Amino acid sequence: MPLIENGRIGEDAWSFIPDGEPVPNDRPVIISYERWQSDRASFDGRNARLGVRLKSGTLAGAIAPDLDRFALVALEFPKFRDGRGFSTARELRERYGYTGEIRAVGHVIPDQYQFLVRTGFTSVEAPEGTNPTSWANALSEITVAFQPSLDETEPLSLLRRNLGLAG
Amino acid sequence: MNHIAPGARAGIYHYDAIDRRFVGERVEQFRKQVDRRLAGELTEEEFKPIRLMNGLYLQLHAYMLRIAVPYGVMSAVQLRKLAEIGRTYDKGYGHFTTRQNLQYNWIKLEDTPAILNALADVDMHALQTSGNCVRNVTTDQFVGAAKDEVVDGRVYAEILRQWTTLHPEFTYLPRKFKIAISGAVSDRAAVRVHDVGLLARRNEAGEAGFTFYVGGGLGRSPFIGKLVREWVAEEDFVAYLEAILRVYNQYGRRDNIYKARIKILVHELGLEKFKAEVEEEFARLRGPKYRLDPAIVAEIRTHFAPPPFEELPETSEALARAKAENPAFANWVAVNVAEHKAPGYAIATISLKPPGGIPGDATCDQMDLIADLAERYSFGELRVSHVQNIVLAHVKQDDLFALWQQLDAAGLGTANAGLIGDIIACPGLDYCALANARSIPLAQALSARFADPVRQRTIGELGIKISGCINACGHHHVGAIGILGVDKKGTEFYQITVGGDPTLTTAIGDILGPALTEEETVDAIEAIVEVYLAHRTEGERFLDTLARVGHGPFKERIYAAD
Repeated sequence: MPLIENGRIGEDAWSFIPDGEPVPNDRPVIISYERWQSDRASFDGRNARLGVRLKSGTLAGAIAPDLDRFALVALEFPKFRDGRGFSTARELRERYGYTGEIRAVGHVIPDQYQFLVRTGFTSVEAPEGTNPTSWANALSEITVAFQPSLDETEPLSLLRRNLGLAG
Repeated sequence: MNHIAPGARAGIYHYDAIDRRFVGERVEQFRKQVDRRLAGELTEEEFKPIRLMNGLYLQLHAYMLRIAVPYGVMSAVQLRKLAEIGRTYDKGYGHFTTRQNLQYNWIKLEDTPAILNALADVDMHALQTSGNCVRNVTTDQFVGAAKDEVVDGRVYAEILRQWTTLHPEFTYLPRKFKIAISGAVSDRAAVRVHDVGLLARRNEAGEAGFTFYVGGGLGRSPFIGKLVREWVAEEDFVAYLEAILRVYNQYGRRDNIYKARIKILVHELGLEKFKAEVEEEFARLRGPKYRLDPAIVAEIRTHFAPPPFEELPETSEALARAKAENPAFANWVAVNVAEHKAPGYAIATISLKPPGGIPGDATCDQMDLIADLAERYSFGELRVSHVQNIVLAHVKQDDLFALWQQLDAAGLGTANAGLIGDIIACPGLDYCALANARSIPLAQALSARFADPVRQRTIGELGIKISGCINACGHHHVGAIGILGVDKKGTEFYQITVGGDPTLTTAIGDILGPALTEEETVDAIEAIVEVYLAHRTEGERFLDTLARVGHGPFKERIYAAD
């Protein structure tokens, strides 16, 4: 599936390994949170990068103690209207200081892209056949924001501000 | 181009270039979203929330477009534009809503981009008037004018307007989210039946702060908002709300639309657990990033500086004379005019509830007239109240008679603010796809039945509120008399509740007995009023008498004959 990063389709170095299938040791993989819970000992001593995928009902606190084991956290959107992931990402960043990749997977639409970036997501796994132009446009359509967010380095006014035009 | 500044005016938040750019970008974004829907790139399921967040509903017969009137305050110029839009794209009228907004009920989808452009010309839009986001924040319609005001709620409502606009984290909440704020001693904003209800207050040092009630709401499971924090300092205002919304977004139910509001979360989690979750978030959020800087508050407050009031004596001789000479005018003043904090001024309520009329409806000609009158008598500013009336907040007492004459000539001089004729009604089955029964004809029949102004004043303070279904858009749960439309095998019936109260002594009404037909309902309401008048003692309001004598005498009168 196409990976969206910085408004463009990018190369995806990661692959998701469904539960029950063997986990390769020589390349970056994403496993489910459930698998991590039941088989965590089997990942001791692993050198290749590991990512974990959380269902929308699994909140940031559940994975917080183990965050240093993961280079990527994938947050599932079962349907695009289920907005829990926006808070989970923000909690991962603000509350638990996570600095790795946060990826949106599942049902996400370009119209949410700017919200995803502003709450701390770094990449999106878009559905097959998605229109890349819509994702590219989504970051530049609205250039004013009214709240602090995670894509800002400098603290700005609490309320209205100009957004730096994202590339 | 700034259309909002016709000379001296009262508190309107003035857009600048950045605000205008934002609204322009949103209109353009929606136009593209419509194109992507038409091209099949967005499914109907995906497009629906996008359309809703731009105020566009599909009703029974047509699209409805709901225009945002932030905290119910607008300029005469804006109202004139709304009249023009209603004339061009609707059927020559508009409908003022219980969220202090205005909606057009007969809109064509293809006209919406043009309408949004016309709105943008006067710094208006339809954003977040629907959808599972934070909706238009409502406040006291007498804000900035009321004699009993402690804190000017507009300042904080505007802060909330900005903070909630396209909030990246809280635009896909479990369900809609409504906030009301009141800064006066009397609560005219029904704060305890909101998802978050705020009382703005001052501490002993004179600093502003907020009491937070959470989890109030009407709908099919009515709840009264629970006290979550007695005092939140001004600088923590946004941080505390952010904490509440974050807890709600994470823990609010998403498996059942009817259990998705924050009231259910607070109920199921329990108040103490909910408070603990919020406090934990708040303790962490409360840093420089979320601190509400007094400089920001001060800047926003400049938008709401008092208008240039003249120095006038406390009372007006001209007003006293006019009242003495004209009993109908004297009655209107007694009922529809409230005390103003500035000497010699008054607050005038323009009732949109004429006998036999549709509550909240105004023709475009009436809107034009109200705009003219607002410019002539009230610094070019007006308010929509949550009980669906219009308020001119800063009228010189000397001018009240002239104002009333012009209102009366246009059918806008009805003297029933707060009385039995001042009915709240939802659009009901005449427009709404969710309704079980019509609300409007019942409201019309009731206001016609109680048209006599003398009788209305004799009855005194008594709110009737009508909802056409259990979703309770007509606030029937908090009506002193509430009426709920139900469907019984294809026939419209109405269930009567009594004892509801939207003020700080909030109460949910109790069902009086079995549902009645429309005709029986009108008679039953009259019977309730007669029983009240027969039982009341000196100075007792309907709610007081009801509390003292109980349901018995009312039930007996209505149902005994069966």
